Amino acid sequence: MKRIGYVLAVAVLALVALFSQVSIAAAQKNIILATTTSTQDTGLLDVLIPLFEKNTGYMVKTIAVGSGQAMAMGQKGEADVLLVHSADAEKKFMAEGYGANRRLVMHNDFIIVGPPSDPAKVKGVKSATYGMKRIAETGSIFMSRGDNSGTHAKEKGLWKAAAIKPEEGQKWYQQTGLGMGQTLNVASEKRAYTLTDRGTYLSLKKTLDLAILSEGDAALLNVYHVIEPNPAKFRRINVAGGKAFADFMVSKEAQGVIKTFGVEKFGSPLFFPDAGKKVEDLGK
Amino acid sequence: MDLIFEGIKKAFWLIVTFDAEVMGITWLSLKVSGIATLISLVLGISSGTVVALTRFPGRKLTIGVINTGMGLPPVVAGLFVSIMLWRSGPLGFLGILYTPTAMIIAQTVIATPIVMGVSLAAMQNLPPKLRLQIKALGATRLQMIWIMIKEAKLPLLAAIMAGFGGVISEVGASIMVGGNIKGYSRVLTTATVMETSRGNFDVAIALSIILLLLAYLINLVLTHVQQRERPR
Repeated sequence: MKRIGYVLAVAVLALVALFSQVSIAAAQKNIILATTTSTQDTGLLDVLIPLFEKNTGYMVKTIAVGSGQAMAMGQKGEADVLLVHSADAEKKFMAEGYGANRRLVMHNDFIIVGPPSDPAKVKGVKSATYGMKRIAETGSIFMSRGDNSGTHAKEKGLWKAAAIKPEEGQKWYQQTGLGMGQTLNVASEKRAYTLTDRGTYLSLKKTLDLAILSEGDAALLNVYHVIEPNPAKFRRINVAGGKAFADFMVSKEAQGVIKTFGVEKFGSPLFFPDAGKKVEDLGK
Repeated sequence: MDLIFEGIKKAFWLIVTFDAEVMGITWLSLKVSGIATLISLVLGISSGTVVALTRFPGRKLTIGVINTGMGLPPVVAGLFVSIMLWRSGPLGFLGILYTPTAMIIAQTVIATPIVMGVSLAAMQNLPPKLRLQIKALGATRLQMIWIMIKEAKLPLLAAIMAGFGGVISEVGASIMVGGNIKGYSRVLTTATVMETSRGNFDVAIALSIILLLLAYLINLVLTHVQQRERPR
């Protein structure tokens, strides 16, 4: 009987220690950041967040999901700040009053990548819409994110512009339901085409057998905004923390980091800082 | 093949240099799964024993539920624990979603039915006359249960191994309720998923090897205890 009592005592002590640790940290020093997979898969947040934490003493909990899920979290008040790239969905989010403040942070661009053999002959095609049309017409496999992420929303926009409905029983159209990094891995293995943000592609390039085939179309601009949820709508949001993080993302310091992030490793930056600019002026 | 070799090399390197991040991740994996297993032992062995030793209406149904629970998919546990812990959920006021505590809760939900099912089977496998004999010697109820738990010690060690093995290797619930936050709620399995999606296959393989080693070492210790205590 003694021994079981001992084990119980240890278990209870361990629990108490753990809970007290948690409750100290929970005192409004936590920020939940809901963001897209690209900011995590490229490693950008691994540089920015420690900097922010050191400056302010907040602790950031990054939940990297698709932009769609990130905004769904925002709509339920589960996140204190959002970093997303899905323009139309963001505008809707703001119009419905879920967001209090939305600011431009940075951009890069989407690219159409595919097997180097390029069976659909997309290489060099300037119009992204035409490129997508060629993939559909030749029945080449296209790997879609299928997860309501910002990239998925952009892809659906391109299909719509090309007047193609890929989801209606098309064999060449497949969905992974995974993040950008994993979708690229799948596309590479299956010799499929896919739409990706340039940052994630560059950071994974060494392990992929995929080439950039179409780029530079104005329709392929990929713009990231930081959104503070509307405090009037939710009770338990860390308003000050969310604002501090949003302010940091557009600060000189963070923008400087974004500007040079990836240059050393990939030869070119993965993102372009845009704080204070207007969306209409990007990519010019 | 090169990739696997690179992974093994990387794993070796990360271990011998005591890489701070990897050590932190490994320690957290151990801590979360260890505490969850401990709690599930207390809950699982006691309730498993009660079900094994008592007769009540609906007992067969209950055992069916327990046995189904042994196969509870971690993502299902993760989803329900998340819903409970959301700020808008019934336990939202606790503010513990995306913390190691939430991971312990989810893993306890996964491990408890496993421990319960194994201990139930272990208790039922004891010779039925043992109970009569203990009673005849004048033991109180608690003393009787304690003696029976001691008798079933060997299969109960198997319950610990099954419970711990189930939770240290699961990824679905940990990523949902823990969020895979760097330096805070990142464990071996969720880090492996993330490094794979980042294309860092060598690090992913290294983490898997560390996970396997860890599981092996712990099972080695438990097996050692179990085999030493084997009745002659």
